[in-house]
Amino acid sequence: MSNQLIQPDKFFLSRFGMTEGALERILGAALERKADYADLYFEYRSAEGLSLEDSIVNRTSKSLSHGVGVRVCAEDRTGYAYSDEVTVDRMRLAAEAARAIAHDGGDAPAAVQVGRPVPRHALYELESTPLEVPLEERAKLLNEIDRVAREFDPRVKSVMASFSAERKIVMVVNSEGRIAADVQPLCRLNVMVIAEDDKGRQSGMSGGGGRVEWSFFFEGERWREHALTAARQAITNLDAVDAPAGEMMVVLGPGWPGILLHEAIGHGLEGDFNRKRTSAFSGRIGERVASEFCTVVDDGTIPNRRGSLNIDDEGTPTSRTVLIEKGILRGYLQDRLNARLMKMEPTGNGRRESFAHSPMPRMTNTFMLPGENTPEEILRSVRNGLYAVNFGGGQVDITNGKFVFSASEAYLIEDGKVTRPVKGATLIGNGPDVLTRVTMVGNDLELDPGVGMCGKDGQSVPVGVGLPTIRIDAITVGGTRT
Amino acid sequence: MSSVEPGVDLAQWGLEQARAAGADAAEVLIASGESLSAGVRMGEVEKLKSSRERRLGVRVFVGKSSATASTAEFERKALGEFVADTVRLARLTAPDQWSGLPDPALHPRMVPELELSDPTSGIIEAGRALEIARTAERAALGADSRIKNSDGAEFDSGNYRVVFANSQGFAGEYAGTTYSLAVAPIAAENGAMQTGHWYTQNRRFDGLEEAASVGLTSAKRALRKLGARKIKTTRAPIVFDPDMAAGLLRALAGAVSGPSLYRGASFLVGRLGTEIASAGVTIIDDGTMRGGLGSKPFDGEGLPITRKSVVERGVLSTYLLDSYSARRLGLASTGNAARSVGDAPSVSPTNLYLQPGAYSPEEIIRTVKRGLYVTELIGFGINSVTGDYSRGASGMWIENGELAYPVEEITIAGNLKDMFMSIEMIGNDLAWRSATVAPTLKISEMMIAGE
Repeated sequence: MSNQLIQPDKFFLSRFGMTEGALERILGAALERKADYADLYFEYRSAEGLSLEDSIVNRTSKSLSHGVGVRVCAEDRTGYAYSDEVTVDRMRLAAEAARAIAHDGGDAPAAVQVGRPVPRHALYELESTPLEVPLEERAKLLNEIDRVAREFDPRVKSVMASFSAERKIVMVVNSEGRIAADVQPLCRLNVMVIAEDDKGRQSGMSGGGGRVEWSFFFEGERWREHALTAARQAITNLDAVDAPAGEMMVVLGPGWPGILLHEAIGHGLEGDFNRKRTSAFSGRIGERVASEFCTVVDDGTIPNRRGSLNIDDEGTPTSRTVLIEKGILRGYLQDRLNARLMKMEPTGNGRRESFAHSPMPRMTNTFMLPGENTPEEILRSVRNGLYAVNFGGGQVDITNGKFVFSASEAYLIEDGKVTRPVKGATLIGNGPDVLTRVTMVGNDLELDPGVGMCGKDGQSVPVGVGLPTIRIDAITVGGTRT
Repeated sequence: MSSVEPGVDLAQWGLEQARAAGADAAEVLIASGESLSAGVRMGEVEKLKSSRERRLGVRVFVGKSSATASTAEFERKALGEFVADTVRLARLTAPDQWSGLPDPALHPRMVPELELSDPTSGIIEAGRALEIARTAERAALGADSRIKNSDGAEFDSGNYRVVFANSQGFAGEYAGTTYSLAVAPIAAENGAMQTGHWYTQNRRFDGLEEAASVGLTSAKRALRKLGARKIKTTRAPIVFDPDMAAGLLRALAGAVSGPSLYRGASFLVGRLGTEIASAGVTIIDDGTMRGGLGSKPFDGEGLPITRKSVVERGVLSTYLLDSYSARRLGLASTGNAARSVGDAPSVSPTNLYLQPGAYSPEEIIRTVKRGLYVTELIGFGINSVTGDYSRGASGMWIENGELAYPVEEITIAGNLKDMFMSIEMIGNDLAWRSATVAPTLKISEMMIAGE
């Protein structure tokens, strides 16, 4: 099935034998008490994965899941219930469970009339998804990756590669009568290489993907780049020296190092934390939180990106939100509940992991706009510092603003030149403060290759980040060498 | 829709479908569960979440080729097609000489009763669950005038059921319950805010710590972080509180698990039978503990659960293995196959703990002239291939054996190989609040990066 052949709003009605009348009655049941809002979220997800180790594709898997979540909101209270049995009876039970947060009494709610479709973007209208590509062909690519990585250097000892693809059909029906639906393809290629010499073992990783067709991996031989990048990183790390410890000047390379923005800025600007005033950024709109060189946006509307969505998981079309403009804090990321309580507009950032989860404000693709400097100028300007080009995960404490992100490939900068590779180290800083120390921003904005996963309150969603090369004048590097 | 709860009958029906579609061997796993989660914030109801889920997973073998799959579809006809599809998928998968079910002689004849379920409490209904959460948060908010805000309190209760059968005649099932309460008040002073987290978790409702006491502890943890400062970069002894010490154990468990070892992705490759920790360190994995949060009567391949020392007086005495990684390493499974529905087996510890020592946490802190008491760690700065360790930390600075002031925005770094070898003191304060636990630990020296 290609994307266009599926009419997502019709899909659930026919697949599970629902009628609009039944949906109206369930929403009516959900609103029976004194509630402001209710919605139903239907999801049907199919996924396949395959992986290679020891030069053979020895693992394949597929999964099918479906379910419906019923949400009832009353003031700042949320009731949520879900079931993986999509039947009218189960949905009615879920509606009764979800409405328990609403108080008894109040006026009888107006009858819900379902039928107003919500406009949506067209960011990933694919001819076909990788799920329709024969498994043999997908397996062949993993074998090619294995060959290329091993040929890169005899010190490459093992290669693990995997490819996963999914298609999610979603439909949101709310008590305002709106129906929004979408078909959301997503895929991801991952390569991990372990290299070994007489000094020890090191690993390298690369990967990419998005809401893209299979051909994406062959444009500019992306697949080969991932194989080579992982192998090169593992080999480079074999010669890595201990990372320095303490505050120093750090240059972040373009692309994935944008995880800095995700941790340091993005989470702290999610609407829920700011409504509850539990974020280090609470009440600071209009204040300076970054240098004048920094403009940071969250944009869910970039075609084919991993973090992009035609509609968010509450049915709101996604948008581009300016978070920081020339260093001044401008906006928050909102879902419907927090936007309503803060008397702001939803920004299309209400997201959830699946039908088993209630939506929250989440990021989409978060990045910094490019500046004036060339990356060479930036590196040349540093006498002594660290050049970090690849990162693993990061984390933030929203309330005190402290965040970390861990470099997986980094080099020393000595007298303006990139010299020796250093071992991975965690960088730690303070969200409302770190971007005030950004004194140079490159003209080389890159978005990450499409592997990001963000966890919040037990829910994981795919996200994107992006960054031009930037210079941070002082941040603490958690190495082992003084 | 089937009206009866899916059980061993359905699993065996699934095995027949696999056989009919041409599979030489197969496994079926069915996991189901229900839960209710109740959250309050600033004394008011914030959220109620009610869940009900069940999934069926299969793994099929055609010769040495295999595939796995999972579905939420329980209607027989669709399920039969799904299983047949999985067999087709296996035929497209490369044969792997190490693949296969475990040796059938190893399946247990009797499955032990491990008291995984609370016999009387069931799922706690919303009103009572909210009241427990409210009690905990109220205690936190009332603890001190500087506790001005809250990230809320949440009470969860749930049950689950696992059914497993394979084509060589093993079939078993078990059920369990879990109860938990977590509180996160926020203290504020001079424009700075700090969250304190505390929680309790048990398989029995009456095994939970008192709600008010959980609230008070969370408040104390928030309050002691107020006024935290950054310190100068230095080397110093590090005392890990029990929760942070448990994190070190989790990293070790990853490094001694079969898949990381045969892939060469562990800093402990080739270290079996050698000293990997200081002599006082004994680490035990015991899946047979009655009521243990990580206990189960058989593992993810239907093999008996075991109790063994992973580290015995500093010496690495066993890896954690499932059948596949055991065959690859020329060893026997240790009964540590873990299973998520629809995936091939992975490896995980069951109840993993570091045997407590003789010292109270206060005694340990008293031995430190100047050093760090770590109470929170953030980030993913652990490289399991090399053992390199670098994480964001906060806690209390120790001066002359006393907790002097809170510190934050620093990192601690070293290598796990050295860190385990330099565990200098072990606390007597082991408490079972999760499936992996440790007492307070003192490591003789690590690098602290700050200003």
